[in-house]
Amino acid sequence: MVETILDVRDLRTSFYTDEGEVKAVDGVSFSVPKGKTIGIVGESGSGKSITSLSILRLLASNGKVVGGEVRFKGDNLLAYSEKKMRSLRGNKISMIFQEPMTSLNPVFTVGQQISETLIEHQGMSKKAAMAKSVDLLKLVGIPSPDKRVKQYPYELSGGMRQRVMIAIALACNPEILIADEPTTALDVTIQAQILGLIRDLQQRMGMSVVLITHDLGVVAETCDYVAVMYAGQVVEYSDVRTLFRKPKHPYTVGLLKSLPRPDEDQEKLIPIHGTVPSPLHMPVGCRFNPRCPAATDLCREKLPDLFDDGEGNQVRCWIYNEQWPGEKEVDVFGEERTARC
Amino acid sequence: MEKKELLVVDGLKQYFPIKGGFLGRTVNHVKAVDDISFTIHEGETVSIVGESGCGKSTTGRAILRLEEPTEGKVVFNGEDLTKLPKGEMRKHRKDLQIIFQDPYASINPRQTVSDVLNEAMEIQKVVPKKERRDRIIELLETVGLNAAQADRYPHEFSGGQRQRIGIARALSVNPKLIICDEAVSALDVSIQAQVLNLLDELQDEYNLTYLFISHDLGVVRHISDRVIVMYVGKIVEIGDKHSIFDNPKHPYTKALLSAIPVPDPDRERNHIVLRGDVPSPIDPPSGCRFHTRCPFAQEKCRVDVPELVRHDGMQEGHEAACHFVEEIERGEVKPKELQVTTF
Ligand SMILES: Nc1ncnc2c1ncn2[C@@H]1O[C@H](COP(=O)(O)OP(=O)(O)OP(=O)(O)O)[C@@H](O)[C@H]1O
Ligand SMILES: Nc1ncnc2c1ncn2[C@@H]1O[C@H](COP(=O)(O)OP(=O)(O)OP(=O)(O)O)[C@@H](O)[C@H]1O
Ligand code: SF4
Ligand SMILES: [Mg+2]
Ligand SMILES: [Mg+2]
Repeated sequence: MVETILDVRDLRTSFYTDEGEVKAVDGVSFSVPKGKTIGIVGESGSGKSITSLSILRLLASNGKVVGGEVRFKGDNLLAYSEKKMRSLRGNKISMIFQEPMTSLNPVFTVGQQISETLIEHQGMSKKAAMAKSVDLLKLVGIPSPDKRVKQYPYELSGGMRQRVMIAIALACNPEILIADEPTTALDVTIQAQILGLIRDLQQRMGMSVVLITHDLGVVAETCDYVAVMYAGQVVEYSDVRTLFRKPKHPYTVGLLKSLPRPDEDQEKLIPIHGTVPSPLHMPVGCRFNPRCPAATDLCREKLPDLFDDGEGNQVRCWIYNEQWPGEKEVDVFGEERTARC
Repeated sequence: MEKKELLVVDGLKQYFPIKGGFLGRTVNHVKAVDDISFTIHEGETVSIVGESGCGKSTTGRAILRLEEPTEGKVVFNGEDLTKLPKGEMRKHRKDLQIIFQDPYASINPRQTVSDVLNEAMEIQKVVPKKERRDRIIELLETVGLNAAQADRYPHEFSGGQRQRIGIARALSVNPKLIICDEAVSALDVSIQAQVLNLLDELQDEYNLTYLFISHDLGVVRHISDRVIVMYVGKIVEIGDKHSIFDNPKHPYTKALLSAIPVPDPDRERNHIVLRGDVPSPIDPPSGCRFHTRCPFAQEKCRVDVPELVRHDGMQEGHEAACHFVEEIERGEVKPKELQVTTF
């Protein structure tokens, strides 16, 4: 068994707004095995970014983690003091944020921004930190790093800025890198460079990666395990091969059927009808039930737990539980799934 | 049967002046689109793909004369649009519609859906006033919305629904050609599939022609009959969908396709890594614009501009602008440093 470095159990995060409580994350569980990459996928607003911000406890002031556990090497991070959290962030666990343009400070040079982390966490002198910054820029494949280190973010292309973000994130040899859509704003040829770089550095440094994305192609190619999120919950967690070959949750099946593929011809896409529910008006029972072709009365009444299939894969759907009231052979978006009953 | 040529773009150039110096003189140009030619037949879908800044949107906008083209012809239904006086052009606008990426930005937030559609029909005088309400309901149903939603405001709709409103507005004037500029790019996969299927059905029903602009190659493979690949303002390869996806000839097309992550964990993953970034269209590289990043580049590539040519082993209508297509194919010109990554 591979050691688990990060274990998120039943995480719940809410925002308190004028319109009411927004349960942005409401039952998220997954684990990150040491040295592996896990992907978090899901549609816009499903709670991917808030999950990662909750792990690092970087929520906006109207947000609060209201339940669950985040265990980093056994310790519950939710019980850490703010001081202890600060020494962990950017050090043992670091993050690349979704908006590369806004997360670099425009008034400081690239070198100053990388140095800052090194000075804070490793007590380096200014001079040593600047020298290490040059090394880091070189590591992430930026040409003429000794010149670039003195430049400002606006002087760099989007791909280079993202490399700088990675350099900052890697400055202290983190054990876990959380990357929130690190390539979404980039062209595919630049994306290939960046993903190749992350994979390469991961292998050299042995770190674990949590990769947040909505691109199933990126997931298939980079991740070992995948957590699929829908409306604030993890609805399926499994190894990447099982997820693409034999997805269990109707949402996952639907997602794969709606995807136009660059590698093969498809007669017709099979869309999931309807839209994602508003976080202020979540459906009762399974959150996917209004859009699910297999939904039964049980699904409309009671929220399913994450059921384990005995092989380490989990699914939040009644079909895979003894209580399933429907047929044994279930048709989900044109594919048969066998109910456990 | 020969298909009818609906749109012929011939030698189109779109240069944007860069002002500078004391006197605000034009000091240089952004050569956003630099001498491109292609034809679209009635009822087909032609896509333009390429990286950010390669000139896809500019091409679409120049066809509609949202910006006056610097040079070249845009022949629509036998008539050169670039020669028409502004007023005349407005009459043709109903035949050529555009749908943008962000439907919210192109819809006035203070107008109801019904207002939006009514206004479009008013401008183009396509439907008499008293028949408009019925037509609006019909349009909404066509795009999968319902009559009850006619009097709602845009902010009351989801992204996918707003995109449907954008499509309804385009359809309201009975266009022949619709330019879809990243029309489904901002949508989530499950909603995107709904809209793509809708575009498909509408095309069959109304014999619509689409110019589809997108950077998502999965979407492009799904929707297109033919594909145009652009790089820094020029067409580097053009052909039917299968030629482009299964038999690409230009080194840039090959690199672009190989960079796409494929949603299949068992597939062999070898991505060609291109060095550096896309060059600026202000000072595009001499010769072949791809030579600064091309692993196969030779001396000739730095000097001579390659033309679009159909080489041996290429289907009718499949052309690539590279000096060494055949030599690369035969293995005579080898990549200098072909870096491959698996990620
Ligand atoms: N500060 C906040 N106040 C209220 N609601 C918030 C706040 N921040 C996020 N939310 C809500 O939390 C939910 C989850 O948001 P999150 O950013 O995690 O989505 P995501 O999955 O990362 O989406 P995307 O793919 O668009 O980045 C959304 O419904 C969002 O509107
Ligand atoms: N009005 C303008 N004035 C000056 N430069 C412009 C103007 N419009 C576009 N450009 C430039 O022309 C080039 C092509 O832009 P265009 O918007 O056509 O690219 P694109 O292929 O649509 O890219 P994207 O995928 O990012 O939408 C870019 O370098 C852009 O900055
Ligand atoms: S629990 Fe029911 S409604 Fe939810 S996904 Fe499973 S079958 Fe569908
Ligand atoms: Mg996010
Ligand atoms: Mg564009």
